[in-house]
Amino acid sequence: MSLFRELWAELLAVLSTLLSAAPYIVGYVLLILLMMVIWGGIKKFLTPKKDYGSLKTVTFGDESAVTSNTAASVISIVLIFVLWGAFTGSKLLPGFIHAPGPFVGEGEFNYTITTPAGESDDATVSVVVAPLGEDVTVPAVEPGDGIAKNDAVAIASYRNELLRVDSNDEMGRGEDTFVTAVNGQAIVPGGSVDVAFGRVAMSDKGTLNIIPDTGMQMEPIWLPSPEAVWSRLGEIATVGYRNSTLAEHLGFSLFRVIVGFVLGALVGIPLGYAMGLSNWFRGWFDPIVEFMRPVPPLALIPLVIIWAGIGEVGKIILLFLAALWIMAIAARSGVSGVRISKVHAAYSLGASKWQIMRYVIIPNSLPEIFTGARVAMGVCWGTVVAAELVAAEKGAGMMIMVASKFQSTDIVLMGIILIGIIGFSIDMLMRQAEKWLVPWKGKG
Amino acid sequence: MSGLQIDKLSMRFDLPNGSSVQALKDVTIDLKAGELLSVLGPSGCGKTTLLNIVAGFLAPTEGVITLNGHTVHGPAAERGMVFQQGALFEWMSVRENVGFGPSMKGMPKAEKSKIVDHLLDVVGLQDFKDKAVYELSGGMQQRVALARCLANEPDVILMDEPLGALDALTREKMQGLVLKLWKETGKTIILITHSVEEALLLGERLIVMAPRPGRIHTEYRLPFAEMGVGQDLREVKKHPKFAETREEILGMIWDMEEEIMGRTEEA
Repeated sequence: MSLFRELWAELLAVLSTLLSAAPYIVGYVLLILLMMVIWGGIKKFLTPKKDYGSLKTVTFGDESAVTSNTAASVISIVLIFVLWGAFTGSKLLPGFIHAPGPFVGEGEFNYTITTPAGESDDATVSVVVAPLGEDVTVPAVEPGDGIAKNDAVAIASYRNELLRVDSNDEMGRGEDTFVTAVNGQAIVPGGSVDVAFGRVAMSDKGTLNIIPDTGMQMEPIWLPSPEAVWSRLGEIATVGYRNSTLAEHLGFSLFRVIVGFVLGALVGIPLGYAMGLSNWFRGWFDPIVEFMRPVPPLALIPLVIIWAGIGEVGKIILLFLAALWIMAIAARSGVSGVRISKVHAAYSLGASKWQIMRYVIIPNSLPEIFTGARVAMGVCWGTVVAAELVAAEKGAGMMIMVASKFQSTDIVLMGIILIGIIGFSIDMLMRQAEKWLVPWKGKG
Repeated sequence: MSGLQIDKLSMRFDLPNGSSVQALKDVTIDLKAGELLSVLGPSGCGKTTLLNIVAGFLAPTEGVITLNGHTVHGPAAERGMVFQQGALFEWMSVRENVGFGPSMKGMPKAEKSKIVDHLLDVVGLQDFKDKAVYELSGGMQQRVALARCLANEPDVILMDEPLGALDALTREKMQGLVLKLWKETGKTIILITHSVEEALLLGERLIVMAPRPGRIHTEYRLPFAEMGVGQDLREVKKHPKFAETREEILGMIWDMEEEIMGRTEEA
């Protein structure tokens, strides 16, 4: 029962997080609709297309009338970069698109202390907020007169500073003298007062916490700007990261995928053929294949590390296993999918068993095998990155994992984008190869 | 002894539930070389089973098939088969499909391409020889299937509803082509169909089969195939005897269907 209570609490936490994101999601959807309306307006001014589709009166519900709108795709991708830039203060974008940034510059506020005798005095705190990563010196200020003395503090943006303003005053905590107001507004421990550059809060012990406004932009440590990621790409491509250049990292990942996939296909395809052609082999391997197929390759990582270590052999064994079952099943269904009339036709045209294999069964199974190969390559690419996250000397996954330990979010982002691009390119290449090599796919 | 003899052929399938189905019972047909036989019957009468046994894809439970004096055992190039659809190899061009049989025999290239070119001329596909088969229409694909079968020089051609999936106009043209090929090549042909008109037009001999168990019901010897060789098939259809025979056979098949329906309702 306690498990269910725990799960219920987790579910509520997830839902409340989602709910807090709801305004942004609604905003994004409104942006999509706005762009749609704008694009519709622009299109009216362009030459209208008079193709067959434009003459259809029923389009809602007609699946063939729905095609991917290129303009929407372009706007969508551009918008991702614009939003990214806007919320990171990218220099590639004009300033007016930026989301409000963190407060940078000088500000001041004054505070009031009250002595046990009921006397009170004001002093001013000068605050300098510098952009993150820049050094700044604390300005010198005159102490001023009265029992409270002026203070000065320098803060990096996105940070805050606990300041004992009374430490230089003539009477402080030791004398039961406390800060009672900020900018004339009363303040108590746990409370806060808004000031021009942000907020001043008071800790439980009575210390002032100076919190400059952080704005709506993301701190680079959470989300670096696009140009920062781009320049990091250039740096890692030439200088390298962790003793290897970018090409070496990606090359190692690709090498593992290709070797693992090729080995998996070399074993898996004949295995699938044997399963498709012989009762005995089908019976022998069906339980093994059907059991191994739903086991995610990632679940094998610990075992592979125990058996083969974290070197290349272990990773290639893992990818081999990831590709093996997929290829075996694809080849099996390719063989089983041959129309009996084709086999009969070949027999009555005088073909021998071997000729039937060579000229009918193998070509007939190629489309299925290609589909399997596409799936297997995708799975292998996902698996290699995950395996490198766990343990590797080189590789795309290792690069982003190590970078994340050092909070190098720019490298992590760059790595994720490159991994995505490579995965996408692999799929595109496989599709092209399919078009060239098995043009008869789906035409039987 | 030349020709094809089907002698007391019986076929029984055992079902998983223990019962068995008598698909064919004592089917005997004596076909002389060069004869054109069409087989007609309601669905379930075992006509496709009969053809599969003759082709050698199935072994009969009883009975023997003899071709040119030797007993048939398993599929062989001497008995070519034309299927309804989808039996072409879509990974090969039209020319490669037609040349499949000769290639399997290891015939030299020059000789093979002579045969292929000739047959493509006969079926009127010379302009399409380098196309992929899936680029052709259904009627053209069946012409490729006919040419592929002929390229192998079989003694008997078995046709399993070869025109069944074609539209009415294409079908009529193809019927003319089948007759022309039969006359020109002098092959023995067994054609299975469920169209009474087609069976009459393309059958020098016609066998009507009855179901449960599959058996020969009536046999005809008809003049229409011979007539169709010389003239328009539509003219043949206008022949009074044609209409008369058609009605007679249709009535026969109707009775069979009704008997089956009645039996099913009783059960």
